[in-house]
Amino acid sequence: RRQHTCEKNMAFTLYSLIQAAILCVNAVAVLHEERFLSKIGWGVNQSVGGFGDEPGVKVQLMNLVRSVRTVMRVPLIAVNAVCIVLLLLFG
Amino acid sequence: MDYTPTQSGFRQQPNMRLRNSSVDGVEGSQLFEDMSGAAHGLQTGNQQAGPQPAGFSGQSILSDPMSNLAMAYGSSLASQGREMVDKNLDRFIPISKLKYYFAVDTMYVGKKLGLLVFPYMHENWEVSYQQDTPVAPRFDVNAPDLYIPAMGFITYVLVAGLALGTQNRFSPELLGVQASSALVWLIMEVLAVLLSLYLVTVNTDLTTIDLLAFSGYKYVGMIVGVVAGLLFGRPAYYLSLLWCCAAIFFFMIRTLRLKLLSEAAAEGRLVRGTRNQLRMYLTMSIAAAQPIFMYWLTYHLIR
Repeated sequence: RRQHTCEKNMAFTLYSLIQAAILCVNAVAVLHEERFLSKIGWGVNQSVGGFGDEPGVKVQLMNLVRSVRTVMRVPLIAVNAVCIVLLLLFG
Repeated sequence: MDYTPTQSGFRQQPNMRLRNSSVDGVEGSQLFEDMSGAAHGLQTGNQQAGPQPAGFSGQSILSDPMSNLAMAYGSSLASQGREMVDKNLDRFIPISKLKYYFAVDTMYVGKKLGLLVFPYMHENWEVSYQQDTPVAPRFDVNAPDLYIPAMGFITYVLVAGLALGTQNRFSPELLGVQASSALVWLIMEVLAVLLSLYLVTVNTDLTTIDLLAFSGYKYVGMIVGVVAGLLFGRPAYYLSLLWCCAAIFFFMIRTLRLKLLSEAAAEGRLVRGTRNQLRMYLTMSIAAAQPIFMYWLTYHLIR
């Protein structure tokens, strides 16, 4: 039994990595700009940072969230559809 | 029965068979049996077929203009295809940059392996440059390479199979499982390091392949630990793993300090400021992740 759980721990495949990545990107893409991010102070127009050379971690994170949402919105539709079909067919 | 000299040797055979089956058709079912028709045809039509085989063997495949044309077209298609593949492949995977990382020789590999296991005596950790491009690994021990990580990964998978075999837990699929899970952990580690480098806005010349190389150096320590555990038992595994973890930690700190931290902090002076603090934390956490992964990927191999 112990070895079975050990191997289950280790049995990552590349496909599970891809699934995890898809889920994470979905989670980032679902964050709505007006209804949620501005409310908690993570909106894009609230990141008036200094003009020095120090953006800071929070500003970088907000920029990352916004760019992921802008870039991945449309491809995510196709990728999610493919993933759903594969899950339905092969479990 | 006309012996019209035809160009291609291929067309003569069906004509022969047709002629012979029409001759034998009176006898009934032999129209459908190609073999017997040909056999009969050979016997009855032998004197007719006399001059023809000579003509048939004289016209070999290469002298036929149609197949000449086809061969020329095929070879031009093949060379076009190869050019296209080369051009497109170079766009996705930078082949010329990859070649830099494999430009190693035996002395470099030996010195680097020694450095990975015992980095405490090495003094100069800077990568030497040559007119703005880093020098090939062959000439500088401090330059990262991909040969040791690649070989280390393959050796790790094989040693894992060996370790599982000595405990009667081996099956050929397990090799693939070990390889793919180790690869997945490697990819996740490189992605995590890339993400944290982006968040902390470090201006560094570390490329993705450099990070891949640095993450791959821990396989050497893992192999040493597992082999020691196989040969001498669990205490030897723990001791050698501890030694290799400390060595990799030290190695990573010394190497990354020069690349990630600013000039002043790299020389060891305490520099205040949140930015330098963040960078120091980043270096420490990257270096500390290596022993964790080394233990995580090998503890299940030693019982």
